[in-house]
Amino acid sequence: MSGYLEGVLVLLAVNVVFAYGGFLPLAAGQLNLGLAGFAAIGAYASAYLSNVAKLSPLIAIPFAGIVAGAVALIVAVPVLRTRGIYLALATFALGQIVQAIILNLEVVGGAAGYPVAAFIRLPTIAAAAAIVVVLVWLLFATRFGIAVTAVHDDEGAADLMGIDVRAFQIAAFALGSAIAGIGGGLYAHHFSFIEAQYFNISLSITIVLYVLLGGTQTVIGPLLGAAVFTLLPEVLRASAHWRYVAFAAALIVIMALRPEGVVTGAQLRRLLGSNRAEPRHRAVAAGLPKGGAG
Amino acid sequence: MTTVGPILRLESVSKRFGGLRVIEDLSLTVRRGVRTALIGPNGAGKTTVFNLITGVFAIDAGRILLDGADITATPSRRRIGHGIARSFQNIRLMPHLSTLENVMVGQHCRNRGLGGVLQPVNLVPHNRWREAARAALADAGLIEYERSTVGSLPYGVQKHIELVRALMAQPRLLLLDEPAAGLNPVETEALQAQLEKICAAGGPTLLVVEHDMHFIGALCEDVIVLDFGRKIAEGSPEDIRQNPLVQETYLGAPAGELMERHSAARGA
Repeated sequence: MSGYLEGVLVLLAVNVVFAYGGFLPLAAGQLNLGLAGFAAIGAYASAYLSNVAKLSPLIAIPFAGIVAGAVALIVAVPVLRTRGIYLALATFALGQIVQAIILNLEVVGGAAGYPVAAFIRLPTIAAAAAIVVVLVWLLFATRFGIAVTAVHDDEGAADLMGIDVRAFQIAAFALGSAIAGIGGGLYAHHFSFIEAQYFNISLSITIVLYVLLGGTQTVIGPLLGAAVFTLLPEVLRASAHWRYVAFAAALIVIMALRPEGVVTGAQLRRLLGSNRAEPRHRAVAAGLPKGGAG
Repeated sequence: MTTVGPILRLESVSKRFGGLRVIEDLSLTVRRGVRTALIGPNGAGKTTVFNLITGVFAIDAGRILLDGADITATPSRRRIGHGIARSFQNIRLMPHLSTLENVMVGQHCRNRGLGGVLQPVNLVPHNRWREAARAALADAGLIEYERSTVGSLPYGVQKHIELVRALMAQPRLLLLDEPAAGLNPVETEALQAQLEKICAAGGPTLLVVEHDMHFIGALCEDVIVLDFGRKIAEGSPEDIRQNPLVQETYLGAPAGELMERHSAARGA
């Protein structure tokens, strides 16, 4: 395999992991624009653990994910008190703070960046990405998935149905951040060098774009979004400078045609469901009990 | 009836929104097993009473007792666990969930803790919670819609799904906010029969907000009339029809005449 191809595929796997980090809070109706910050925490924590504590990357990276998740859990309590655009701004600020702290942290190289000694290759990273996808899929096949979507759809009604809205929002935020941290750890151990500048707001926005364009309602959406939007610029590479113009145009077209993302829950249910068409035009009375009741 | 005490008591409950007194010194009792209606002109505070009972709004004064236990300070999300489930005036199903998943939302309060949260309802085909929800849908004649996205379903079907969802919580007290609104006469009759069946021995006690006086007369044994946040009358549907004050403020017509669904009928 050529170095270029491996590089692209590694980036694809890392982006898939990042996308699930963005998917969890979005599934609960929350926009996290500080994902790059949590990815940075994961990258630096895992790099420090493998460089200094000499842990294997296979231990250092999951542990770094836990660190990123724990930080998210602590900041979630004040940050998730804000809503909508204010939540987006608060998480954006969070990402900036992490970046600023790292720039001033001499123990991990500060502004000069931080070399990572241990190295992992594509198969490890691809396996890690597959594990993340499967775990998130399993999680969303439990009551957790239903509750998170209920919170996303109608917080008030979810609360009256006994769902602890805040607990599910915090859980989704922290789990997503932990996954972003794992993505950061994978990135660090393949590209062997990390710097604070990489984990900037445009990384956060790109991750959110993967999810929004792929679709926030199904577990497949982020996978598809990350795959398409990692590979599309590479496919368009032939036209050199124009490729980002074509890429941006493609984004706008998709947003216009599929405002809820490429993959939606309703569509997936139609595809995976029985062959029966949706009985939407049937008489309303069919839904009510037949005579003789009571 | 095994227990005698009332299922629900509101004692001198008041609620203000800013300077507006929406509920004033309201006391009412819902007797166990007695299907009770809450009626009154639009803006009388009927839905607000539901919102106070379910904890959407905190009350400013008074007490709310469920089965003798004071739930005044109980957070809204815990009240369904105490046995209060409701439907909404304007349907509030989860648009991104299927019919079956919406019904499983109703089980949330009975499937608690980490084991409940991680219950593999969409993973294991014969998961018992999933099967219970499917059985409830089949019982209600809605099983054909189990995989449908609720937003695409007819209004009457959505209302029915909301009722099934509320019942999944196995409530002691079921609050229905205008269950017959928007239904045609055939559907209304079917709904009445179904509610009678649900509330038969061992089922929840029903408290229903409704404008359709025929429906109330056929279904309910007790009627409470609200106007401007105060209780102005209480009694059997027949008593209420004959009550001059109720006729003046709400029914606005000779006793027994069918109320149009949206008529405020105030000061007729």
